[in-house]
Amino acid sequence: MILVVVEHDRGTMSPATWEALAAARALGEVHALTIGEAADGLVDQIGNFGATVVHQVHGDVLGDYGPEAWGEVVAQAVKALDPTVVLATGTDRGNEVMAHAAARLDMPMVANVIEFGSDELTRVRWGGSLLERCRLDAPVRLLTVAHHAFAADESPVAASATPLAVELDPVLSRTLVRDRVERAAGVTLATAPVVVSGGRGVGSAEGFAPLQELAAELGGVVGCSRAVTNNGWRNHTDQVGQTGTRIAPDIYIACGISGAIQHWVGAMASKKILAINTDPEANMVTKADYAVIGDLHQVVPAITAEVRRRRG
Amino acid sequence: MRILVCVKRVPAPGARINIAADGQAVDTAFLGFTMSPHEECAVEEAVQLVERHGGEATVLTLGPSEADEQLRYAASLGVARAVLLPITGPDWDPQRTASAITAAITDLEAADGAFDLILFGNESADSGGFQVGIRVAHALGRPMVNGIKGIDVDGDTLRARREADVGVEVYEVPMPAVLGVKEGINLPRYPTLKGRLASKKVDVAQVVPQAEAGGQQMVRLLPAAEQVSATVILGRGPDAAAAVVDMLQEIGVLK
Ligand SMILES: Cc1cc2nc3c(=O)[nH]c(=O)nc-3n(C[C@H](O)[C@H](O)[C@H](O)COP(=O)(O)OP(=O)(O)OC[C@H]3O[C@@H](n4cnc5c(N)ncnc54)[C@H](O)[C@@H]3O)c2cc1C
Ligand SMILES: Nc1ncnc2c1ncn2[C@@H]1O[C@H](COP(=O)(O)O)[C@@H](O)[C@H]1O
Repeated sequence: MILVVVEHDRGTMSPATWEALAAARALGEVHALTIGEAADGLVDQIGNFGATVVHQVHGDVLGDYGPEAWGEVVAQAVKALDPTVVLATGTDRGNEVMAHAAARLDMPMVANVIEFGSDELTRVRWGGSLLERCRLDAPVRLLTVAHHAFAADESPVAASATPLAVELDPVLSRTLVRDRVERAAGVTLATAPVVVSGGRGVGSAEGFAPLQELAAELGGVVGCSRAVTNNGWRNHTDQVGQTGTRIAPDIYIACGISGAIQHWVGAMASKKILAINTDPEANMVTKADYAVIGDLHQVVPAITAEVRRRRG
Repeated sequence: MRILVCVKRVPAPGARINIAADGQAVDTAFLGFTMSPHEECAVEEAVQLVERHGGEATVLTLGPSEADEQLRYAASLGVARAVLLPITGPDWDPQRTASAITAAITDLEAADGAFDLILFGNESADSGGFQVGIRVAHALGRPMVNGIKGIDVDGDTLRARREADVGVEVYEVPMPAVLGVKEGINLPRYPTLKGRLASKKVDVAQVVPQAEAGGQQMVRLLPAAEQVSATVILGRGPDAAAAVVDMLQEIGVLK
């Protein structure tokens, strides 16, 4: 049996979980584990993705998300249900919960798997710039699936719910979410349809004003490279890349960015990429769909002016 | 506050990552090395916390003897003490790394007292296992939350913030605690000349680690699928603006 750990936030299931459930179906009979009463309403949705049984866990320390409490639940579920594989999401929460479970079970855990072989797994390293084939010597395979590696295809079945009893030490409440600051609605870097991004070539914090104007004109937001955040020109929340945000806009306009691999992995899911660079050999230029060779300080304002001219 | 930061030496590749012929490692013949960016921020955070609350920061790494470079870099930013757990050959797997680090921490604490806070990166830049810090915390019986982008000290409690899809989550963790931090928690300083000179004099303690292999074995590294695109050059300089806007209309970004 394949046990999928359902990631949810106070009862709202994450899309990454749909992918994990879909990926699990290729491996065997799928059961799901939901943690906390708030997730009790998810049975039908879980069934849509092919899990036949939903094991529901309730407990005093499960009123909200907590990495230690959730990890302990997964560890106890492994002992009680004896799955051959446990899959969680390759997200902040999924990786964290699985690592806490693996630590408690003293078993290996493989993060961000993209392919399951019969005795070898393929996982991503370097934020996706490199792959690793690995072997696992363990009684139960504890894995997370890389986000976006599997299609979230539905395969509806009628899932049944069943309670799973666990013993939870009240001390686990020490890492529960205590408080929240909800995000204001609006476009974010991760969801914007257009991202106009600047690199070292922009030259200064003030140099971003024309990029901001073009972004506003196109209904998008401004992004940047790590060279820019390291210089203090923009806040880290604008950084695209391995240690920044992964984006997938309709178009990514990369101005004065060389296209280092750690930047590229954050931008490569963009539908189209336009590079504006003085260097025709820059990695960003050779990998982009479109390029303009030239000084961004002249090219970007010219594009904004042309957009305004056509709008009349 | 007594703070320990665990960092890992990793290559700093540029445009692409080349794999060595035997498939066992990244070809580093022409590369420099660094610590993972999340960990550089962890070092900066430790230094700032010590500046604000007093105490001392220590940095620790398990890696080749060349990782002395990353320890001294941390020292040049203001970390007082450094510990190297030297290994030869390929990287250790996550379980083995975690048990070696746990043993080293236990020894350090037996000699000089407990660390109030142990900081890790959210994940290492190269292997990205998302687990070493969590394993160490569990072995030490201490609370651990990963992905932290803000830390405030309030008596014996740490208020730690983490960004999620729906907003910011706040955790209140009793010390002694372990946290995994993400880049963006602060803007790491550059070493000063004085800092660099001082770092040369720091005594790097060396303890040869001993730990059993865990259950995950790397077979080989593989390149990620390359996206090949024949770039369409829309023009040179500002004159290309018309062609760019044509393209934006064609792909439907501009209606
Ligand atoms: C583990 C690790 C993680 C990392 N994570 C990230 C990450 O998340 N995001 C990230 O961005 N980087 C990341 N980096 C850093 C990355 O390796 C590069 O150093 C960084 O992306 C370079 O930024 P850049 O392209 O702006 O600067 P540079 O590489 O200096 O490139 C500047 C570019 O601007 C062009 N240019 C200069 N002047 C002009 C002009 N007037 N008009 C047009 N073009 C001009 C130049 O031709 C050049 O191509 C990471 C590095 C490591 C080791
Ligand atoms: N060899 C090592 N030496 C010291 N710290 C390490 C080592 N490997 C991993 N770490 C720490 O553990 C964190 C998580 O690593 P990982 O589990 O590989 O993603 C890293 O960000 C480091 O802080």
